[in-house]
Amino acid sequence: MSIRIEIEQCTGCGSCVDVCPFGIIEIVDDIAQIGEGCNLCGACRDACTFEAIIIEVPVEAAPADDAYRGVWVYAEQQDGQLKGVSYELLSKGRELADTLGTELCAVCFGHNVADVSRLAAYGADRVFLIDDPALAKQQEDIYAAELVRLIRENKPEIVLAGATSFGRAFFPRVAAVLKTGLTADCTGLEIDPETGLLRQTRPTFGGNIMATILCRTRRPQMSTVRPRVFKRNTPDKTRQGEIIKVDFDKERVTARTRLLDFVRDLTERVKLEDADIIVSGGRGLGKPENFDVIRALANALGAAVGSSRPPVDEGWIPYAHQVGQTGKTVCPKLYIACGISGAVQHLAGMQTADIIVAINNDPNAPIFEVATYGLVGDLFKIVPLLTERLKGGQ
Amino acid sequence: MNIIVCLKQVPGTTDVKIDPETNTLRREGIENVVNPFDTYALEEGVRLRERFGGRVTVISMGPPQAEDMLREAVSCGADEAILISDRAFAGSDTLATSYTLSCAVNKIGDYDLVICGRQTIDGDTGQVGPELSEVLGLPFVAYVSKITEVADGKMVLERMVEDGHEVIETPLPAVITVVKEINVPRLPSLRGITKAKRAEIPVWTAADLGVDEGRVGLTGSATWVVEIFFPKRVHQGEMLEGDPDSQVDTLIEKLRELKIA
Ligand SMILES: Cc1cc2nc3c(=O)[nH]c(=O)nc-3n(C[C@H](O)[C@H](O)[C@H](O)COP(=O)(O)OP(=O)(O)OC[C@H]3O[C@@H](n4cnc5c(N)ncnc54)[C@H](O)[C@@H]3O)c2cc1C
Ligand SMILES: Nc1ncnc2c1ncn2[C@@H]1O[C@H](COP(=O)(O)O)[C@@H](O)[C@H]1O
Repeated sequence: MSIRIEIEQCTGCGSCVDVCPFGIIEIVDDIAQIGEGCNLCGACRDACTFEAIIIEVPVEAAPADDAYRGVWVYAEQQDGQLKGVSYELLSKGRELADTLGTELCAVCFGHNVADVSRLAAYGADRVFLIDDPALAKQQEDIYAAELVRLIRENKPEIVLAGATSFGRAFFPRVAAVLKTGLTADCTGLEIDPETGLLRQTRPTFGGNIMATILCRTRRPQMSTVRPRVFKRNTPDKTRQGEIIKVDFDKERVTARTRLLDFVRDLTERVKLEDADIIVSGGRGLGKPENFDVIRALANALGAAVGSSRPPVDEGWIPYAHQVGQTGKTVCPKLYIACGISGAVQHLAGMQTADIIVAINNDPNAPIFEVATYGLVGDLFKIVPLLTERLKGGQ
Repeated sequence: MNIIVCLKQVPGTTDVKIDPETNTLRREGIENVVNPFDTYALEEGVRLRERFGGRVTVISMGPPQAEDMLREAVSCGADEAILISDRAFAGSDTLATSYTLSCAVNKIGDYDLVICGRQTIDGDTGQVGPELSEVLGLPFVAYVSKITEVADGKMVLERMVEDGHEVIETPLPAVITVVKEINVPRLPSLRGITKAKRAEIPVWTAADLGVDEGRVGLTGSATWVVEIFFPKRVHQGEMLEGDPDSQVDTLIEKLRELKIA
């Protein structure tokens, strides 16, 4: 693939310069010049009204292997419990499989995993299960090797996994061994009606830009998706899936790294990702003690406590509470942001909440652009008042 | 202990502002910096060398401008820096990047540990570290927040996961990615700055690395960006007016209607 400028056509208007996400186009002597670092995203070509930017796509040498069929979801478990993101991915996977007219499979590794039948209720036609005491704890080396083996044997065309800390560490390794593409943190997945390829859309540049990515010739097409990005369907308990027990060959795969210990972070009593209501505080709180104001409201609502990044950086509250691009993605029914300005990196983690309430004394704070209900004012007045009312049950 | 640190040069801010009228990017004053997460990788490399001796080599794949960043790394304690640069590498996705970096790591040879940042702020995938480990065929540990022990060809680490931290033992050589909790990076020292000025920064091209041309750059990439657009935010919210009392009243009413409060 290559990019070039039709000198005859280019007027040096600069519209390409404005749209280049990498800022590498310059106008030299009234002609656009593309510097190094171009990834041929095509933003400049689309913006050019003079058709002066040409991106040449070579005829691809090797077309994708047709033998690859079916959509797979890696169903992550921890201590025998399936993670919620598995159900969200199955719901999405069902939709993709139906569009493609193919089957949906779940893959699960662990020991005595509860509720494996629920994977079928959420849409899986078949479940590949490796159940072995050696796999009780997540063993990245073994999990990666076994997933590679199953993919090679069964040739699915799409494989999805949750962008959990485990998924983001082990899934890239699977992709690297298979020498195929992997798109991280997708927020949109759909089948291109013409080519049948998976259109993977994800935020980049901290959520400022969305990019749609294709994996044209390699298989499978792989993506990770953050928890709570896709909604889960209502399970259909009557749905039956076939559970295929796969043997684990201890002799063949061994783990090089060893898990010596796990220390649970006790400060995180409520899991943010699973909370229906979250009350979050930001730099506007001013000092660590003031998180009490947030905690009191959270208690009154039975909510979890979240935070923007500055309070975490300042050490007012542990990292586990951070919402945003480098924290957690949450999708509660209600998100109350107190003293949070609403930087894109924060919005990236919470803007899909059903209802967003923003309390901020700056009427121009960007958080109000996403808020369902905005309250301009001092959080130290409004929040305690709200808490009191809710407690009073009036 | 010989350590290789992978650094990437990225735009200094992700706060690219969008011009609401033209729906295009405003990128005044964007300068390039070391990917913030990679500064922790470098610092940890330097600290390990201070404890155990050896060398810290930083590598970066990128355009010629990345040389400045590599000099900065030398001023912060790296022993040597290598730029991996060639037009053939343009348009690399994480698969092609990790392959190219692996060729450089193999060319450097004799090493005990490769350290990457947890993720970049532009590409933002966090995939290059784990993919690199697999191309090199080495053990991998992500999100390292502490290195507690290094002895007898093994290392004990703490790594951050969602609800706590794990203590992991890995044989060396290995590849790890680090989180910002691991240390506080130092500023360049005076001696470092002098050293950085004089430092020779070799540039390794595709030919120098002897890469398989089918595995680098766009040709070697499996994923292609086919469209870029700006997310649209349509504001449909409602501002609740009045003094705090009436604001709270209205809010509670709204929440009751929605059966939340
Ligand atoms: C690579 C990268 C990743 C990042 N990841 C994240 C992330 O995951 N999560 C995240 O949150 N941020 C993240 N950030 C930081 C982000 O850019 C913002 O700096 C941050 O979200 C701002 O936090 P804030 O809103 O609490 O603070 P500020 O922006 O300082 O806002 C504080 C707000 O409080 C208001 N306020 C002050 N006093 C009161 C009062 N008494 N009553 C009411 N309102 C008051 C002010 O008007 C202001 O709007 C990231 C940044 C980068 C570069
Ligand atoms: N071009 C590059 N040159 C050197 N290191 C890189 C490069 N790209 C990524 N890395 C390393 O891989 C990590 C993860 O990058 P990414 O997968 O792009 O989020 C970074 O923090 C760097 O340590």
